[in-house]
This record gives sequence, structure tokens and C-alpha cells, in this order.
Amino acid sequence: MPYASPRYAAAPLGVAGERHPIVVVGGGMVGLTAALDLARRGQPVVVVDDDDTVSVGSRAICYAKRTLEIYDRLGLGTRLMEKGVVWNRGRVFFGDRQVFDFDLLPETGHGFPAFVNLQQYYLEEWLVEACHATGLVDLRWKHKAVGLTQDADAVSIAVQTPSGCYDLQANWVLAADGARSFVRETLGLPFVGKVFRDRFLIADVTMQAPFPPERWFWFDPPFHHGGSVLLHRQADHVWRIDFQLGWDADPEVERDPERVRARVRAMLGPDVAFDLEWVSIYTFRCRRLERFRHGRVLFLGDAAHQVSPFGARGGNAGVQDADNLCWKLDLVLRGAAPEALLDSYDAERVPANDENILNSTRSTDFITPKSEAARAYRDAVLELAAEFPFARSLVNSGRLSRPAVLTTSPLTTADTDLWAGGVPPGAPAVDAPVLCDGAEDWLLRHLATGHFIQLRFEPPVAGAPLHTVFVTATPHPGALHDAQGLAASRYDAQPGTVVLLRPDQHIAGRWRRHDPARLQRAMEAACAC
Amino acid sequence: MLNIEPNLSDPDAVFAALMEAHRDLSPEQSRRLDARLVLLLANHIGDAAVILAAIAVAGQPVSIGKSARDAHSDSDAS
Repeated sequence: MPYASPRYAAAPLGVAGERHPIVVVGGGMVGLTAALDLARRGQPVVVVDDDDTVSVGSRAICYAKRTLEIYDRLGLGTRLMEKGVVWNRGRVFFGDRQVFDFDLLPETGHGFPAFVNLQQYYLEEWLVEACHATGLVDLRWKHKAVGLTQDADAVSIAVQTPSGCYDLQANWVLAADGARSFVRETLGLPFVGKVFRDRFLIADVTMQAPFPPERWFWFDPPFHHGGSVLLHRQADHVWRIDFQLGWDADPEVERDPERVRARVRAMLGPDVAFDLEWVSIYTFRCRRLERFRHGRVLFLGDAAHQVSPFGARGGNAGVQDADNLCWKLDLVLRGAAPEALLDSYDAERVPANDENILNSTRSTDFITPKSEAARAYRDAVLELAAEFPFARSLVNSGRLSRPAVLTTSPLTTADTDLWAGGVPPGAPAVDAPVLCDGAEDWLLRHLATGHFIQLRFEPPVAGAPLHTVFVTATPHPGALHDAQGLAASRYDAQPGTVVLLRPDQHIAGRWRRHDPARLQRAMEAACAC
Repeated sequence: MLNIEPNLSDPDAVFAALMEAHRDLSPEQSRRLDARLVLLLANHIGDAAVILAAIAVAGQPVSIGKSARDAHSDSDAS
């Protein structure tokens, strides 16, 4: 059965001048994720979206481990794992031979795999359901932002609906309205970067095929000479195939279903039956806004930054934007942190997205050589890689999304004690298998309260604050049992070690022993207090 | 640190081997050979800073060193 998109009822006309603490513009994956995160923190959110359904076509399909962990905190991790296609392995081909394969999660003992593939529309549908379930998200379909102004106290949004227009007032606006962001354009913000002179064809194909759930990337294959091809498996026997077409390709001609079918048939052979579910032709850019915070307007996802699709750094970055921003906005709205905390969203997410842009630009330059010399080097790398392991590290078919490490963030307290490794300040918490009252469990599950958490490697002590998680090498009532010792080794923990985690699970600071004063200072730094 | 002092154990043999490797190759094949060679040597060196320094030196305009006339006047003086 092909996927049938839900149609959501258009929301009634709003009340002129109504005021809300948070309005999200754009009810796509990133906007809905932010709305859900904020609502789970108790914040009422209004979401306006000019459409009345979920994403058309599969779009973002590769959810990285960190994104899965974030969605687990938001209550959707199990669903993603059940419906999605788990994969850890990638293969690279050059011409008609395999060059090498790689495992993205060579280490066991993590709750989530390196990647899960799933069509974006499923995730959006679940996000809508989860938003409704909070009772705090007012989803307004067919409500289109057509004007936006702000002063020191509020943002005013002009909204157009099928039954008329009205004005909304908001303390804060989250602009998650995508690559062609209306909010960005109406504020006249430059969105500069690099355009790649290449075109790609995406085809979502339904078929019964013997390919394993892996990422397969071909350079110059016999069935698509001179270009690259990327294959990913999704749920429901839907496969994503990306064909590199070159800059001279005519999008109108290439979109013709018969032409697409011929390309897919050349790849699969004459005996594999398939149906086309969705076809799109795209070019891409790597660019970002100079800043993501503009007064009371905060930009997330594609509205703030764009990358090429190689590396799965678009959707995953947008989810990390929401993960980074929502706890901060919640604290500011509660008066528990100064507005300056929101500036750290810029300080943390701008470098993180620069890293994404750098990686995605390099991948694109490898995949699409710009000169004879570039092609000679690219092909030399691929030839050498088939024979010599050293050259495999040079093959760049996409450097797959890795979580941001916020080492230089003003919120991060640098190490002063001696460490021999472990999860450093600024990095997201790392998972480990633990026993909870004797039952198998995952450490990260216990670090997902959405609040600051102390992770302490010692038996429970009386008078510890509410959000303290104790981990011990031997069973103790009230502590997680690190039976395999992996939690201790991954955090380079010794008895007495304390790790302070932010609400988004990034490490704010760590110490060899509990010291309330140092902990308090680190906590204040992490709140920009 | 990039070593730009004389360091080759047998310069003439190395130069001859490079020429020999390119003999009978088309420009495209030569380019590919050079690329493979650069990648193999870059891996052997390992240190990215040394390789970046070499790229910078190799990319400089070729007017490094003295012109023939300067060299001639030097020898007059000696």
C-alpha cells in the first residue's frame, strides 16, 4: 500500500491581537520537533503552517544516532526503531567493483544504531500526534505567515487563512519555515554561500529487491556512466535512489517518469519489478545565515542553513538546532535564565553548522570533480582504495552526520582535573548498557529528563538533588548497575566522578569528586547566569 | 617542517624513474599516475602540516632562486 498523506483540517481564524509566548512558523519536521520539545517542558506553543499535510516524498531519510537519542527523549525513539530500517554499514563502488565497506558503529553497547532510515512523512505524522497529545500545541494548518515585524517587546505576525487574515503577537518566534523561509526573506537577511553546478534526480522506488539494508554509493557505475548513484533502503520496501545528472541535464526532461524508469531499470536489470512513488530533481547550495538569532526571532533548520544531502547533515542538524534551543527558551520564559542564554544558540549552532557545511562541501567536491585534475585525483583515490586501506580514508561519498561537540561554547566548563579520555565537556552524553533493578536498560534513558542532571559514579548519598543519577560497579539500591563497566570506561570515571549534563544531554562539566561550589558555578555558566 | 634542503639519496635515479614511469603514457594517464604518486607519498609523510607546506611551496610562482645573469655575476666576483 503506498503511503496516504493525512489531511489536517484548516484551523479556524485566529483572534485579532492574540498574544502567545511562542509561535513556530513552519510545521515541518524541525518546527514540530521544537513545538513538541517546548510543550513537553510545559510551554504552550502555536504553530502556523501554510499547508495541511506532512512532507511530500521521503525527503530527509537518514536519522543519525544522536537524532534518534533526541527523539527518544521526546518519546518517539521506539516508534522510529520499529518502523525504520536500521543500518550501520556502507559500501562504496567504483565502476563495476566494490572498493570497500565500512561500519559506522563498530562498538556494541549503544541503545541506538548509527542510522535509521525512514521517510520524513512518517516522522512528521507522529510528531503531529505527539504534539496533540501534550495538549499544549495549537497546530494551525492553512495559516500562512505573510508579514512579520518586531520591536523590543514582541513580534507581530500577519497570518492569512482560507477564511481571512489576522495578526498574532508573540514573545518569541521560531522560524522553521524551510529553505525558502518567508521569515528570513521578509526580514531581508542575506543567505549566502556556495551553489553547486550539478543536478540530482531522487527517485523513491517501491520494489521487492535483494539489497541489504546498507548505504550503497557508486562512482561511475556501468549503469550510469560518468555520474554517481546512491541507494538507501526505507520502510515499506521503498528505496531511495539518487542519480547525479550533471549541470547540463534538463530538469523537465529528466522528470519524465518513463525516463526515470529507464534509469532505474538499467540499474536493477530487466527482471526486477518496481513502482515509482516520488520523483524530484534538485540542485543544492551550502549556505547559512550569518546569525540564527535576530532579536526575538530564532531560525532553525533549513531556514537557517542548507547543505548538500551527502552526509545526512540537513535534517539531523535541524533536529539538533531544536534540541539546543528549546531548553534555553524554556528557562528564559520561566525567568530562570537571562535572555543572553539565547545568544548561546548562535554561539553553539553556528560553529556546528559550519562544520556541516564544510563536510558537505568537501563531499560534494569529491563526488562532483570540478576539473580534469580534480577528477584524476578522485579516480586515483578510488583506485588506490580498492587495494590499499590507507586510501579509504580519502574516499568521500559523504561524511555522515556526527553530533556537535560544543568545546568552545561559553556554556561549557573546561576540565581542571586530570582525565585520560572519556566524554569531554561539550560533547553529548554517550550511551552504555546498565542494569536498573536488575533489568537491562540504557544509561541515556535515565539522562533524558529534560533537566540538568548530575551523573555520579558512586553509591547513592543522602541529600542529593532531585535529578541525580548514580552509577556503580556493583549493585546498589537506587543506583544503575554498570555490570559491564562500559559506563565507567566511556566516561573515564573513577569512584566519585561527577558529570554535569545540560537538559540537551551535552556535558556542561566534569570533576573527579563532588564539589557543590564548582558544580554550582558550572551550572550558572551553562545558563549564562 | 617541510625539508627543502637536499635530501634525496640518488637524485638522478629518482628523476630517471619518474621519466620512465611516464614514458608512452597519454596526458590523461600521466595525470592519473602523478595523482597516485602524490597520494602515496602524502600518506607516507602523514603529517598534514608538511603536506600543506609542500602544496604552498609548489604553488608559488617559478621565479624562485637567482636568474642566470645573477648567478654569472656571482661567479665573476669570486
